[in-house]
Amino acid sequence: MRPIRVLVAKAGLDSHDRGAKVIARALRDAGMEVIYTGLHRTAEHVIQAAIQEDVDVVAISLLSGAHLTVVPKIIEGLRGQDAGDMLVLLGGIVPDEDVPPLREAGVAAVFGPGTDTSEVVDFIQGHVRTGSPA
Amino acid sequence: MSELAERLLVGDRRALARAITVVESGGAERAELLSRLHGHGGQAHVVGITGAPGAGKSTLVAALAGALRDAGERVGILAVDPSSPFSGGALLGDRVRMGTGEGLFIRSLASRGHAGGLSRATADAVRLLDAAGFSVIVLETVGAGQGEVEIMRLAHTTVVVTVPGLGDDVQAFKAGIMEIGDIFVVNKSDLPGVNITARDLTTMLMLAPPRPWSPPVIQTSALKGEGLDKLVKAIGDHGRWLREAGRWEGRAADLALCRFEEAFAELAVRRLRAVAEASGTWQAAAEAVARGDLDPYAAAEQALGSVSGAWTSV
Ligand code: B12
Ligand SMILES: Nc1nc2c(ncn2[C@@H]2O[C@H](COP(=O)(O)OP(=O)(O)OP(=O)(O)O)[C@@H](O)[C@H]2O)c(=O)[nH]1
Ligand SMILES: [Mg+2]
Repeated sequence: MRPIRVLVAKAGLDSHDRGAKVIARALRDAGMEVIYTGLHRTAEHVIQAAIQEDVDVVAISLLSGAHLTVVPKIIEGLRGQDAGDMLVLLGGIVPDEDVPPLREAGVAAVFGPGTDTSEVVDFIQGHVRTGSPA
Repeated sequence: MSELAERLLVGDRRALARAITVVESGGAERAELLSRLHGHGGQAHVVGITGAPGAGKSTLVAALAGALRDAGERVGILAVDPSSPFSGGALLGDRVRMGTGEGLFIRSLASRGHAGGLSRATADAVRLLDAAGFSVIVLETVGAGQGEVEIMRLAHTTVVVTVPGLGDDVQAFKAGIMEIGDIFVVNKSDLPGVNITARDLTTMLMLAPPRPWSPPVIQTSALKGEGLDKLVKAIGDHGRWLREAGRWEGRAADLALCRFEEAFAELAVRRLRAVAEASGTWQAAAEAVARGDLDPYAAAEQALGSVSGAWTSV
């Protein structure tokens, strides 16, 4: 069984990277292959990285408040490149009222401050196909 | 599989990325895909970049790739990192230093625990990038163990990266990495001590047994973009030298033979095991090993001995 591959992405001018790193490490420790983009990536860069790394999950961390613009853009880009099947997760500071439109746009789940990392691991393991690719 | 191959050949990056996943996963699909691509590629210059953790390999790879791209090359990057032996997972962070990598194709590969398997998956991934039309393929690995030395055999040109002020580095060089370097880079030339390190390296190279190609020592600052032109030139020079010395084609044949041996071994094991399992001798031997009734070597003989064929007498 091939390991689940996850892109942990930071987009925009947001420099809060603790949450992203905590999540990245937890997923690694759960046996996943985690590719971290580093800070200050554009939506286009996140899309390209997700495609090139052929990940199962795109895990976006945003604490800057830019989620309503950046996240739908990433999802649209993935769909436009035949990668609409990737599971998109969002974490960070996201006000409750923003969750429904994000879910509408294609975000599978939103995780806020205080999230237990095992919750995220369980969610991914429960939602990603781990059969053979292509 | 054939549709994937077609899309890869016309430059579809999604297809290339998927294809790498296929070869990483192994099995019949890999064999089918690689067979389809036979005869495509063969032109790419494969450049390996290795060196101690934190030497600046990823930063250098990105800067180098940018310079090569500006010179009209199509550059693909494979960044190889070890998987955790405990969880099997991996944190692949080379992209962080590679910036946005505009116009580049970058793929991170994890070792996934199987010795030898890493170099094979990497070799297959190189084949795919080659078939997809990349003219330069850059491989990054941490130059620590035997596995990495294996990977570096895939490269036409191996660049060994060191940094000033690491006394240990010279020790590491003695331990074997010295022989595999075609080009030596002292990175972080913006830091003090670069001249001393470069001089030490040059001395060591002079003391080493003479080789048909004399590796140059180049100072770079990947961070500031200094010395890259020299590195680009040295890589080009080495590639030309390989071709002129008739070594380029020989390497391709060696690598193909190596893949053949691996493929043969894999097929043989898979088929023999299937026969032993069908007759139940595999399970019997495995259980005896687990109980401690039989030592693993004798068990292997027993399981294999039950599979009849002309080869059993060899
Ligand atoms: C530490 C901190 C900083 C540090 C960041 C250090 C670093 N390297 O990360 C510093 C001091 C640099 C900083 C700066 C700023 N900060 Co600040 N910062 C915080 C603070 C106090 C804690 C964030 C943190 O690290 N938490 C610990 C980590 C582990 O938790 P986390 O990120 O929430 O992650 C968890 C979950 O959210 C989730 N998660 C997160 N990402 C992801 C991703 C996925 C895929 C999943 C599944 C889960 C997940 O899992 C994690 C584990 O539970 C928060 C307040 C708060 N309590 O959240 C403000 C906060 C985020 N900061 C804020 C602001 C405004 C700023 C500044 C703009 C302040 C300023 N005026 O200069 C700057 C901006 C800097 C920039 N360019 O981005 C605001 C953001 C407001 C908003 N979005 O509406 C906050 C909410 C404070 C506030 N209440 O106003 N900050
Ligand atoms: N001063 C200076 N720092 C550099 C230079 N090149 C890289 N660095 C820094 O060195 C650190 C490590 O760089 P990386 O490119 O990640 O090194 P690496 O060899 O790829 O590291 P691993 O993949 O973890 O083995 C980073 O903080 C870089 O910014 C340089 O030329 N000068
Ligand atoms: Mg690196």
